[in-house]
Amino acid sequence: MSSLTAARVLKPIGTAGSLFAFGLDVGRAVFRRPFQFREFIQQAWFIASVTIVPTALVAIPFGAVIALQVGGLVAQFGAQSFVGSAAVLAVVQQAAPIATALLVAGAGGSAIAADLGARKIREELDAMMVLGIDPIQRLVVPRVLACMMIAVFLNGLVSIVGVMGGYVFNVIIQGGTPGAYLASFTALAQMADLWQGLAKALVFGLIAAIVASYMGMNAGGGPKGVGDAVNQSVVITFLLLFIVNFVMSAIFLQIIPSKSG
Amino acid sequence: MGVDVKIEGLTKSFGKQLIWKDVTLTLPAGEISVMLGPSGTGKSVLLKTLIGLIKPDQGSVVIEGVDIASCSEKDLYEVRKLFGVLFQDGAMFGSMDLFDNVAFPLREHTKKSESEIRNIVMEKMDLVGLIGAENKLPGEISGGMRKRAGLARALVLDPEILLIDEPDSGLDPVRTAFINQLFIDLNAQIDATFLIVTHDINSTRTVPDNIGLLYHKHLAMYGPREMLLSSEEPVVRQFLNAQTIGPIGMSEEKDADELAAEKDMGLPPLPPIPMQLEPSNGIPRKYQRPPGAWCRENGVTPPPGSFQADAAMAPGGVKAAPTEAPY
Repeated sequence: MSSLTAARVLKPIGTAGSLFAFGLDVGRAVFRRPFQFREFIQQAWFIASVTIVPTALVAIPFGAVIALQVGGLVAQFGAQSFVGSAAVLAVVQQAAPIATALLVAGAGGSAIAADLGARKIREELDAMMVLGIDPIQRLVVPRVLACMMIAVFLNGLVSIVGVMGGYVFNVIIQGGTPGAYLASFTALAQMADLWQGLAKALVFGLIAAIVASYMGMNAGGGPKGVGDAVNQSVVITFLLLFIVNFVMSAIFLQIIPSKSG
Repeated sequence: MGVDVKIEGLTKSFGKQLIWKDVTLTLPAGEISVMLGPSGTGKSVLLKTLIGLIKPDQGSVVIEGVDIASCSEKDLYEVRKLFGVLFQDGAMFGSMDLFDNVAFPLREHTKKSESEIRNIVMEKMDLVGLIGAENKLPGEISGGMRKRAGLARALVLDPEILLIDEPDSGLDPVRTAFINQLFIDLNAQIDATFLIVTHDINSTRTVPDNIGLLYHKHLAMYGPREMLLSSEEPVVRQFLNAQTIGPIGMSEEKDADELAAEKDMGLPPLPPIPMQLEPSNGIPRKYQRPPGAWCRENGVTPPPGSFQADAAMAPGGVKAAPTEAPY
């Protein structure tokens, strides 16, 4: 009985270990030739097509909420001229990579987990291995790279749409001055914030794709297993994203001192 | 052509559940072997162990000097190029049509031109009788067609070893007879080592050179076809003649009461051993042995009526119309 509970307690650690090992396998397979360029383009196109519209739609209220919240708050201190700066900082540093990652994980990652899971239970992955082809190199690597690339691009999209949304709400609804909003951009924000956002998006894309691929390739027990794999991949990715976001933000704050207006 | 597969002391368990223990046998080069066993005795697990998809707990599988159970990932992918495998459901890639499925190994492993690939693929599609269906997706065709397409894909790299998981499940008797004839003809043509996992007694009695029986977590018997078909061993006899009397029960094993109740029942006599299927072009296969050779060598008297062309259970349809065979 005691060994049974011990096994149950230790199981998540084992899963975390094999997930990490899987990530290392993928890292090694990235450099193995031939690179599956066709699959990479197809996957990138697919992930982009399922994420672009929802991402843009999510980005508008994101920017707007920040503008409304911060706008109302700083107005009480009489610092309306800094609303633009605060919106840029919040959107580029935090909101854009997180919104991107949630959509890449929710739309792209779930599709990857479902696709690989279905292939797993139909023995397609076994058949591929038997035909002398490594599914990690053939299927997972292109998906991971595609996810990372699309995450970076979507991050740019969210940044722009979010800042524009903030501008519209600040200027039109809150009656802010257009010039002040734009002019204050560089008061608090700096170039490093943009790099930080891009780096986060890259890492989040990597995590979403690795977790989704791992869950898909280890699906078991028929169609229900595929459903479980998709479910778990989204939940685990979200959890990891928020933890990693916190860690990365803390590190960036340490190495890049924030600009004091 | 064709290579030996030496299996020694193979043991596998999933968690606490032992699948089989100490399985030792050699699949002779170029011969056709059939692996039998009641449902759930790990026949498919054995097949997957032979290609390194499942690692055994103990033992070795040696092919051309490489031990599949312990070799590196890189060697494993090299050795797998010798294999052609037909999975139970065909395992076709759902996103590709049948042509791309069959062409897949050629495109990945060879530098052949698209027109050469087309020729090879169409030849294999013709062999399994799927001409005209090459642009269908695997989801659009029946299970039997998927299986035949899987066979075409397994054959496309001219394998040295062909592993076939339940070729006859989900096929009608006529197609089963055709596919059995196809195996014999293929073996005559490419001299590959065949291992067929099946439940079908009729196929087992007429197709292979060797038969193995997995039962009760071990390999009960493995040897030439005539040895098993003339065996008095209760398990072998029960299974090969599809009888209810014997040690195999509905759930794995019978208990003592059931066995005691059967004690007085006389076993029905062994049915005659049928002729082995011959290649449809009439030219004997390289490793084919004359009917009754094993029985004569080992001083075993085959059941009366054996080795006659019209023996019971001989698949008459195929014999009567060899020109109809699909090649």
